[in-house]
Amino acid sequence: MKSFDIVVVGAGIVGCAVARELSRAGMRVGIVEGGAHRGATAAGMGHVVVMDDSPAQLVLTQYSCSLWRKEADHLPVAVEYEGFGTIWIAANDEEMEEVHAKHAIYAQTGVVSAVLNAAELVMAEPNLRKDLAGGLLVPHDAVIYPPAAAEFFLSEAQRLGAALFRSRAVQASHGEVSLEDGTLLQAERIVLATGTECDLLSALPLQKRKGHLAITDRYPGFLCHQLVELGYLKSAHKLVADSVAFNIQPRQTGQLLIGSSRQYGDDDPGVDAAILRQMLERAVSYMPALAGMSVLRVWTGFRAATLDKLPLIGPAAGLSDDTSLWLAAGFEGLGITNALGAARLLLDGLLNRTPEIDAGPYLPARMVNRMEIARA
Amino acid sequence: MTVTINGRLLEVVAGTVVSAAMLQAGEPCRISVSGEPRTAMCGMGICFECRAVVNGVAHRRTCQFVCADGLRVETMR
Ligand SMILES: Cc1cc2nc3c(=O)[nH]c(=O)nc-3n(C[C@H](O)[C@H](O)[C@H](O)COP(=O)(O)OP(=O)(O)OC[C@H]3O[C@@H](n4cnc5c(N)ncnc54)[C@H](O)[C@@H]3O)c2cc1C
Ligand code: FES
Repeated sequence: MKSFDIVVVGAGIVGCAVARELSRAGMRVGIVEGGAHRGATAAGMGHVVVMDDSPAQLVLTQYSCSLWRKEADHLPVAVEYEGFGTIWIAANDEEMEEVHAKHAIYAQTGVVSAVLNAAELVMAEPNLRKDLAGGLLVPHDAVIYPPAAAEFFLSEAQRLGAALFRSRAVQASHGEVSLEDGTLLQAERIVLATGTECDLLSALPLQKRKGHLAITDRYPGFLCHQLVELGYLKSAHKLVADSVAFNIQPRQTGQLLIGSSRQYGDDDPGVDAAILRQMLERAVSYMPALAGMSVLRVWTGFRAATLDKLPLIGPAAGLSDDTSLWLAAGFEGLGITNALGAARLLLDGLLNRTPEIDAGPYLPARMVNRMEIARA
Repeated sequence: MTVTINGRLLEVVAGTVVSAAMLQAGEPCRISVSGEPRTAMCGMGICFECRAVVNGVAHRRTCQFVCADGLRVETMR
């Protein structure tokens, strides 16, 4: 039997960021990864973005983005951190009103942003179609290559003494984690950072939300910012219906990463041709020149969605009576962005320190009330 | 017939594939992400090493493209 202060189950970007943070604080950390590749982290887009679906989401993404910026200069080249900035695109006057509303919210909370009119938008991104109303530029948002970031955090944790176990955890409770290969790990606390997977705690209130992405060949200079249509917010909020939205990301190689779709209730990892077609047609409607470009690869991934669209960070109280269990899960479409903030919140919680932002909105215990309300 | 390769005129015999014309001109077909010059390798359309910009269209496999008079090719960067 091996014993640790903490065992983290799951080495996606969240588990790796958590393991590094805890190792830095001098804890003895074990980390368990049983997959052939890194779940959603290997499938995601890599946008490090401030999002304002809800005040709590804005606070966490803003905090996390600032943490990414602080270490940007020290990240390995392979992480491909690039401060491209985001432009939220307004197709018409109604969406332009949203641009102004978003700008006002960002100004209140200290997020730098600038309103672009139609002509300024064309200047910023000449390959967009010309009849768009304008946009909101958020210059400090960034783009990274998520699997490389996870790998880096993991290697940092290991350098600081963390031990990696490459096997699946079949049970994790009351301070013990048993692995498929027969190893037994003991720890005061266990952090579940298992992405969409709920086998270790079936009460995890998570739903899988499927997404498609496509990456093109290299077209350097075609795109300068991550572009997202403002309609994205509307479609991303829909809880049931399938949706696609124009979302495109420049990669350092000159490749273009095109997203994205959102589907519930489809657990099949295969590519859905109809949704893919809709997604690509939507992209072409915003950037007509994309039609002549070649796509190299198409894939899907699953986001771990919660009811209130906020992650579960902290003790599993409410979802389990087991006081050794902690959670870092349910990051939906923002786990790359929020990995660093989540790692800090978790460490502060474990050390009983006051965090830099209010941890309350992300505590798993909130789900209990929500579930009761849903039942009533 | 005459083709233009990276802005320079080159005389080629009829039937020359574009990748061969680029070799003849001493120009790489493309520059890799890490900055290496690359040219045709398989010669049969499967390795994608020979991609270049042909008549303004990016990522053409030049080993599969026969030269026509007046054709323009640029190294893919
Ligand atoms: C199409 C798409 C686009 C996205 N775009 C973005 C974006 O632009 N920006 C952004 O911020 N986020 C984005 N996301 C979301 C982001 O990818 C996820 O939120 C994030 O990767 C979640 O990380 P994670 O570590 O929680 O989970 P995962 O990366 O899924 O990692 C969980 C790990 O736990 C392991 N595991 C599970 N159970 C066990 C067990 N019992 N024993 C051992 N190991 C186990 C799995 O093998 C896996 O490696 C996107 C997601 C998708 C699908
Ligand atoms: S040389 Fe291999 S595809 Fe052209």
